[in-house]
Amino acid sequence: MNSLILNAATRLLVSLILLFSVYMLLRGHNEPGGGFIGGLIAAIGIAVYAIAFGPGAARSVVRIDPMTLAMVGLATALCAGIFSFFFADPPFTGAWWFAGATAGSKGLPLSNVLVFDIGVYLGVIGSALTLVIALEEET
Amino acid sequence: MMVPSSTDAHNAHGGSGKGALVGILAAAPLAVATAFFALQLPAVIDGETLRISAEWVSSLNVNLSFRLDGLSMVFALLISAIGAVVALYSSAYLAGHSQLGRYYLYLLSFTAAMLGLVLSDNLITLFVFWELTTITSYLLVGFNHESSAARRAALQALLITGGGGLALLAGIVLLGIAAGSLELSEIATKRDLLHNHALYLPILALCLLGAFTKSAQVPFHFWLPNAMAAPTPISAFLHSATMVKAGVYLLARLYPALGGTDAWLWSLSIFGAATAVLGGVLAIRQTDLKKLLAYTTVMALGTLVMFLGSQATVAIAAAMTFLIVHSLYKASLFMVAGIIDHQTGTRDLGKLGGLAAAMPATALAAAMAAFSMGGFPPFLGFIGKELKYEGALAIASEPWLVAAAAVFANAFVVAAAIIAAVHPFLRKRKTTPIAPREAPLTMWIGPLVLAALGLAFGVAPGPIGEFFVDTAVSAITARPETIKLSLWHGINVPLLLSVLTFALGVAIYLSRRPLIAAIGWMGAQVPSSDVIWDRLIDELKALAAAQTNFLQSGQLTSYLRVTVAVLVGVVGGTVLLKGTVQVPEFVDDLNLAGIAVVAVIAAAAVTAAIAQTRLTGLCALGVVGVGVALIFVMMGAPDLAITQLLVDTLGVVLVVGLVIYMPGFADFIEKGQKTRRLDALLGILLGTVFSMLLLAVVSEPFNRRISAFYETAAFPEGHGRNIVNVILVDFRAFDTFGEVAVIIIAAIAAYALLVGARARKERE
Repeated sequence: MNSLILNAATRLLVSLILLFSVYMLLRGHNEPGGGFIGGLIAAIGIAVYAIAFGPGAARSVVRIDPMTLAMVGLATALCAGIFSFFFADPPFTGAWWFAGATAGSKGLPLSNVLVFDIGVYLGVIGSALTLVIALEEET
Repeated sequence: MMVPSSTDAHNAHGGSGKGALVGILAAAPLAVATAFFALQLPAVIDGETLRISAEWVSSLNVNLSFRLDGLSMVFALLISAIGAVVALYSSAYLAGHSQLGRYYLYLLSFTAAMLGLVLSDNLITLFVFWELTTITSYLLVGFNHESSAARRAALQALLITGGGGLALLAGIVLLGIAAGSLELSEIATKRDLLHNHALYLPILALCLLGAFTKSAQVPFHFWLPNAMAAPTPISAFLHSATMVKAGVYLLARLYPALGGTDAWLWSLSIFGAATAVLGGVLAIRQTDLKKLLAYTTVMALGTLVMFLGSQATVAIAAAMTFLIVHSLYKASLFMVAGIIDHQTGTRDLGKLGGLAAAMPATALAAAMAAFSMGGFPPFLGFIGKELKYEGALAIASEPWLVAAAAVFANAFVVAAAIIAAVHPFLRKRKTTPIAPREAPLTMWIGPLVLAALGLAFGVAPGPIGEFFVDTAVSAITARPETIKLSLWHGINVPLLLSVLTFALGVAIYLSRRPLIAAIGWMGAQVPSSDVIWDRLIDELKALAAAQTNFLQSGQLTSYLRVTVAVLVGVVGGTVLLKGTVQVPEFVDDLNLAGIAVVAVIAAAAVTAAIAQTRLTGLCALGVVGVGVALIFVMMGAPDLAITQLLVDTLGVVLVVGLVIYMPGFADFIEKGQKTRRLDALLGILLGTVFSMLLLAVVSEPFNRRISAFYETAAFPEGHGRNIVNVILVDFRAFDTFGEVAVIIIAAIAAYALLVGARARKERE
């Protein structure tokens, strides 16, 4: 599809969509959002890009093969899950570290749960794009 | 008849230096295991049972528990000692083979599985090892995977013993339920409970099916001779001394719990006797040395099963003694057969003769093993046979019938022993594909030692009786037993039967030609099990193909139709039968916005169904999706709403990208005209069924226990205020992980389909 309007709009939109997807990913633990939703948003962004500029361009803008991305996501989620083995907990037990916590403030909450959600995020992007780009290439 | 000669023996001439080292390396752990078990012997003889246990899935009472008692000891020693001999022997037999590493991997894995099987105290653990022996034996039988006969034999063995394994699993589960425990040592004490249990017969039938398939009882016996496609050392190990005896081991293990009833007695004695006689009769007509030995193994397995049916101690003792005797001479004879094959290039009995001069050590081993097999004094085989007759006469069902079966089968084995050991070595010298010369020491030492043990234990049977048979029989009958083994029992019925056996055996040998012709004629009157098996497999494949063609038509619309019809049938049927569908009183909850959204969804659904252009249909479907998302928002589930919207959006983006390439919608409608009414009916039915289901669900009082837990625990334990997300990534993260994996697998599968279709198109 060669449309100037779509191309110009896509350039602007896709970066915003991707940024938004990261925002949705990170806020997910306390507000609506999360890795699954964030991943879907990012995938939609890239899918739009693929429609505007073609699947080849979308592949090169993602840089990593979508299937590899999905696998990296799955591996990340698994690593986050078995991280709890270090504490002799069952797999997928949450472990939290409140960086710089003081009596008054909670600090920056970091956890393997967040890493797990990032794994989900990458897995969803990877699998959705595997399908979308392959379908686009089919035509 | 053409006798296929094993290819492994042929391409195996050449460098043996590396092979011998590998053989010693592989034999070493098994020798250590033998020594280990031997060191435990004094304790076991004193009546102790050594136990070791580790938790596995304790919530299901599945534990890695092992025990070493008299019965396990006999098997463990046989497995590890014969395993060590076979490992050493193989290094020469397969010297220079390109897949030697793979061979030893399979062999040692099998040995480990077999040891696990005979040492397990937990039924599930036992079953796991049972299946492992099936799988490793599949790999071993199919070791010469270039040969289609080997592949077929391996698959046949896998399917028969694997099928029996499934029956066994069912039997084990029922047994566990009935006995209230999965530990064999505990089940053994529940004899009365089990005998009177309503599930006794199903348990017995299923466990026997498992044991009979594994131990090649009639009518499953035919896989064993076919499995001779395996390399000969494997036949010596698996198909004589160990794996095929796993079924016998299982029967012996279950004896204290399930044995002693009429059902047990009759099924074991009938199947065992039939197997013993059939194996013996079929053995003498074989021209392939290995197949002849295989059929005598079938006979031996039948005999063992037959005796385990009895309640008489002497019959059990006969079974255990014969088990040891048979393992020693049969492993030895198989290895001799391998040596002959290896050194002459053939195992066709018609082409062999006069090898004794060229291969004296092998001939000596063969002679000693054959004497034990034929049951001649002073070999251990004689003692085993005397005990068998004594045991047969003590069997409660039909002593004379069992004794007659034993005499008959034994007479044929005497003839088979003469054919197996005398024909290749003594008769006139014949020309063989390879000029015969003596095998290397690593090959003949094993069979010679095993055969010599048969003689030594025969001359001095005291230790065997005291150390092994005693303890094994005590373990089986679960009470202390004393069995005295001796060569001379005085002139009694068993001795007379022995004499009769020899006379009959020699008579069979002398009249073998007409006999073989007669057996062949009788065999031609009934379809062979192998033919029936092939037909069964063909029918199964045809059935699979037919149902696949029916269900997997390749048309998306028919898949959808089947899916919807099944949902309507199953869910609708359940709701109608069990559900209490009440229309709840919504009146207080009614609000205008909700009604409006539902109305919009309904209108959009109807529009989608009757749309005349694709774009209209897509838009209408989009409206349905957004409407559902709106309802989620109203009900306070923003995460669900967002996901629903995003999935819808992704779908739209996808379709928009593809829409101009799709075939004309008008054609599509045209084609769909014929099934439109059916589709409409299915659609309406599905909607109705799910409405009923939901109404049935909401008419139950809502249980808030689970949601209340998540509401209170999400923040303190999961550090998150978005309960849905906390559930997804923390409380039920394992589920999420599985779901993500499924999504990725689905994407990869779809990708493979697309790329495959593209590649096909490019080829055309």
